[in-house]
Amino acid sequence: MQPEELVIISGKGGTGKTSITAALAECFPSKVLADCDVDAADLFLVLKVTETQIAEFQSGHVAEIDPEKCHHCGHCATLCRFEAIVSSKKGYEVDARACEGCKVCVNACPHHAIEWKEAFCGLWKESQTTQGTLFHASLYPGAENSGKLVSFVREKTRKKAVDEGIPLVLVDGPPGIGCPVIASVTGASIILVVTEPTPSGYHDLERVLVLAKHFQVPTYILINKADLETSYHKKMEDCAAKFGATVIGQLPYSPLFSKAQQKGQSVLTAFPTSPEAETLRSIAALLKQKMKMS
Amino acid sequence: MQIAIASGKGGTGKTSLAVSLFLANADRSRLLDCDVEEPNCHLFLKTRFVSRSSVERRIPLLNPDLCKHCGKCVEACQFNALAEAGKAGILVFEELCHSCGGCSLVCPTGALQETPLKMGAITRALVAEKAELITGALAIGHTETPTLIRAVKKKQPDPEVEFTLIDAPPGTACAFATAVEHADFVLLVAEETPFGLHDLKLTLKALQKKGLPFAVILNRMRPGFSSVQEFCKEKNYPLWLQIPESRDIAGTYARGGTLLDAMPELQESLRLLLDKCAEELLCNRRN
Repeated sequence: MQPEELVIISGKGGTGKTSITAALAECFPSKVLADCDVDAADLFLVLKVTETQIAEFQSGHVAEIDPEKCHHCGHCATLCRFEAIVSSKKGYEVDARACEGCKVCVNACPHHAIEWKEAFCGLWKESQTTQGTLFHASLYPGAENSGKLVSFVREKTRKKAVDEGIPLVLVDGPPGIGCPVIASVTGASIILVVTEPTPSGYHDLERVLVLAKHFQVPTYILINKADLETSYHKKMEDCAAKFGATVIGQLPYSPLFSKAQQKGQSVLTAFPTSPEAETLRSIAALLKQKMKMS
Repeated sequence: MQIAIASGKGGTGKTSLAVSLFLANADRSRLLDCDVEEPNCHLFLKTRFVSRSSVERRIPLLNPDLCKHCGKCVEACQFNALAEAGKAGILVFEELCHSCGGCSLVCPTGALQETPLKMGAITRALVAEKAELITGALAIGHTETPTLIRAVKKKQPDPEVEFTLIDAPPGTACAFATAVEHADFVLLVAEETPFGLHDLKLTLKALQKKGLPFAVILNRMRPGFSSVQEFCKEKNYPLWLQIPESRDIAGTYARGGTLLDAMPELQESLRLLLDKCAEELLCNRRN
């Protein structure tokens, strides 16, 4: 049986994705979690994790010039489109951070002076948490290929759910609309966009809905900090309708999320009787209905 | 000098600070919005549109009459953007293409010519008829964030401006690295929460790897929370500005206002902040 895959994204950063993912996780009894915000992964901070597996992730390859064999002809530098071949007093060198791993220089070097080395962009981890298994990762600072690492984490999570007959994959996605977001959303069966009623939140909501529509996945919107400025609600509902999405609920501007973070807990564990927790439970119930889960 | 405003965690107040710094220093700065996936600076500024140019990348276009199905292009492509599809010939998946040009280079018959594909746009606008805002916006569904950021940073027409401010994207991946690359100084906007502290530490690792000088701007300070302050104190990291957690500031922002609108008394501090960046740069050069 294929699991349902609920992916939580936002467009704008800092709208409350991770806090909301952690809270929703508690409302689903059986799931595998994934933190796909691999370059600023915070979900583990509110889940009490024990790492059970950790390994380096090979993201691709990187070119390296052998100075012994290089004839300084500069052919590689002319062909490279990523400004990754730099010339210095020592001769030509590859800037590994800029290298895209396209192999054009390796194939084109008339002196076979460029080696093709495996590149690693970060660590991936499997952890046990209070909410079941979590797959997460930490990208090396400034590294390329975060999209590939996200796809890898997504695949691991999905496989675990399929192998063990777990009905739900719950994904905390990255901000933005670029490579890692596209990798997170690929394979989703339902998308939840966490937004906020601010000019940035609204602007980014529209961009993220265009992207979600491209994937043709049912998309729901949760307006966080909703009471900050109520004039956006109508606009957001209209925007949702335009792209075939639906506003599913609202949460208030509330200090409880940060307070729960400070305790290393989700808002549901830290403040189980708060109105915020109650709202989150009812949103989870609605999502269950949409996914036709009992 | 170039000053990047960066954060690691999203939503810490980067854009709000960048826009406020820009407004307080409108006579001597320009602002580059390099958060190209979600460029938001223009939402908080009264701008006059000047020009827009599209940014393109090149993708291969197959001429089936010339293709001999040798498969060399498929073998050369490291991104699985080309596939052999029996009678249909070679298929090109443009969304997987990294525009390296490798396939056209190896094609022996010239069947793969490159054609431009729009991946984003760069807009130039003026604020108060003098200060320049340059915004990069990635086309939705495209993934070449770093390429577009590089293009925004190359668009620098007016060398007379003293400060170029760069609003960087969140995270610590290649997009962030590209935005802060070659900056003379980085202002790190952190928030006083556990997530904020964790992501600040990640960002610092990335900056220290590059040897970039920085100072921390601490946002959302509130009673009972002090882990970021304590961390900065312990490590002796410069903490240049502290902004309280306040529903008023959040509300002003929600209504399209800036930090400067919520706290006009910051005007002078925001001017001094750039002077301080310049001083630091001078000191670093001397050492």
